[in-house]
Amino acid sequence: MAAPHFIVHDTTDSVGVVVVEGIRKGQTLAGWVMATDATLKLACLDAIPIGHKIALVPMKKGDTVIKYGHDIGKVVKPIRKGGHVHVHNIKTKRW
Amino acid sequence: MARKSRKAKTTGKTKTVNKVVNIASAKKSREISFMGWRRNNGRVGVRNHVVILPLDDLSNAAAEAVANNIKGTIAIPHSYGRLQFGADLELFFRTLIGTGSNPNVAAVVVIGIEPGWAGRIADGIAKTGKPVKAFAIEQAGDIQTIAAASRQAKEYLQWASELKRQQCAVKDLWVSVKCGESDTTSGLASNPTVGNFIDKFDALGATTCFGETSEITGAEMVCAGRGKTKAIGNKFLKTFQAYMDEVIEPYKTDDLSESQPTKGNIEGGLTTIEEKAFGNLEKIGKRTKYIDVLGPAETPKKGPGLYFMDTSSAAAECVTLQAAAGFVVHLFPTGQGNIIGNPIEPVIKLSANPRTVRTMPEHVDLDVSGILRREMNLDQAGDKLIDITMRTCNGRLTAAEALGHREFSLTKLYRSA
Repeated sequence: MAAPHFIVHDTTDSVGVVVVEGIRKGQTLAGWVMATDATLKLACLDAIPIGHKIALVPMKKGDTVIKYGHDIGKVVKPIRKGGHVHVHNIKTKRW
Repeated sequence: MARKSRKAKTTGKTKTVNKVVNIASAKKSREISFMGWRRNNGRVGVRNHVVILPLDDLSNAAAEAVANNIKGTIAIPHSYGRLQFGADLELFFRTLIGTGSNPNVAAVVVIGIEPGWAGRIADGIAKTGKPVKAFAIEQAGDIQTIAAASRQAKEYLQWASELKRQQCAVKDLWVSVKCGESDTTSGLASNPTVGNFIDKFDALGATTCFGETSEITGAEMVCAGRGKTKAIGNKFLKTFQAYMDEVIEPYKTDDLSESQPTKGNIEGGLTTIEEKAFGNLEKIGKRTKYIDVLGPAETPKKGPGLYFMDTSSAAAECVTLQAAAGFVVHLFPTGQGNIIGNPIEPVIKLSANPRTVRTMPEHVDLDVSGILRREMNLDQAGDKLIDITMRTCNGRLTAAEALGHREFSLTKLYRSA
């Protein structure tokens, strides 16, 4: 595949990372799963800045967000598949 | 790694060799050497600094005047050294003595307000066998002290300038790692590049070190599992919990006041400390196990291998402690563009964020953004990092050195008396 729009660390992850600049709302993105070398396509619901996360699955309040195959925090506002995932909808469980 | 590839060569079974090892790079690794300065205590440095070390904040002006008089020496001003006591004072002395003792330093001039503690620093450094002399300001004044210390610094500088580099092996090299202004590209690419380096250099007998105690929050059990034994993993967990109990819990605020993750981390897409922690841990590679847990600025004593050091996650504080423990070259992956340097330990900056590499290229020694575009793999990126590190050890100035970054930040355990 050509350079991916977003990268996923692990097969169980619920989020991927946008790795290019200028992603627009409504764009269809090409993703690459590092662990398996698999590729996937995903419709993007928001303009997501480089480095920010995209939801691979819909998530509801209280769900645990998985990245690197591990718990990286909890959902505090519902997130749609293809939506921007950041401080506005997820939070640490530690402080 | 090197051992496996050598075996493969002698038996002719190159196809059955461990598939995670790149044979070409392993062969190359066996030939890695660099030209360093071997000091009297056997340790090897990659720089040859003459340091003007103030004992205390009061002596900064004199130290900087000496460094201005004698071109090529380095003053290391700092903010402390007065009214400290107990464990905090012990850490202060360990850090200053360790800084002067670092093999990147050829000789040291210590300047203090009074001779007692200035002498204690000099005596500590003298145990390495390197030249060191202390000067005190009381009963002499700044001007007379600066004159006498400048004469001594000039002699040291000219003496050091004739010391010759000699060929050294990777087992002579002490490498520290710490990331900063991280973002999600750090966890995806620049930190795993450092991890690839650590796996390769651990197999070659290097001494390496990671730290950042609070930044393992969320990944502490995974980190504990990377201890060489269960006892060492437990030692890490005890250190981690003490940091939580003593440093974080009594003062804890919501999101730690946007300090962990930092504002820069959040701008770069990192949302929680747990996410940051798993990215952070990528720096220790896939197979390397740490063989001991060090206190701040504590020198490793168990021989070659990876060590965890109990440090703050603030870049300059962490690197200052690692340099004081004797590490001579630092690998610093950054996402959003931390620009830190250190007065005595060259800090090599790598980034995988294409925006950072484009907008602040003068701070980046190695661009690994190609990993995100699938133009290079981690093994190739790790080899590129080995190459730039060896060039740095041989004398190439890092971006931070060329730009004059000499951040030196002492870790304070509690308020002074």
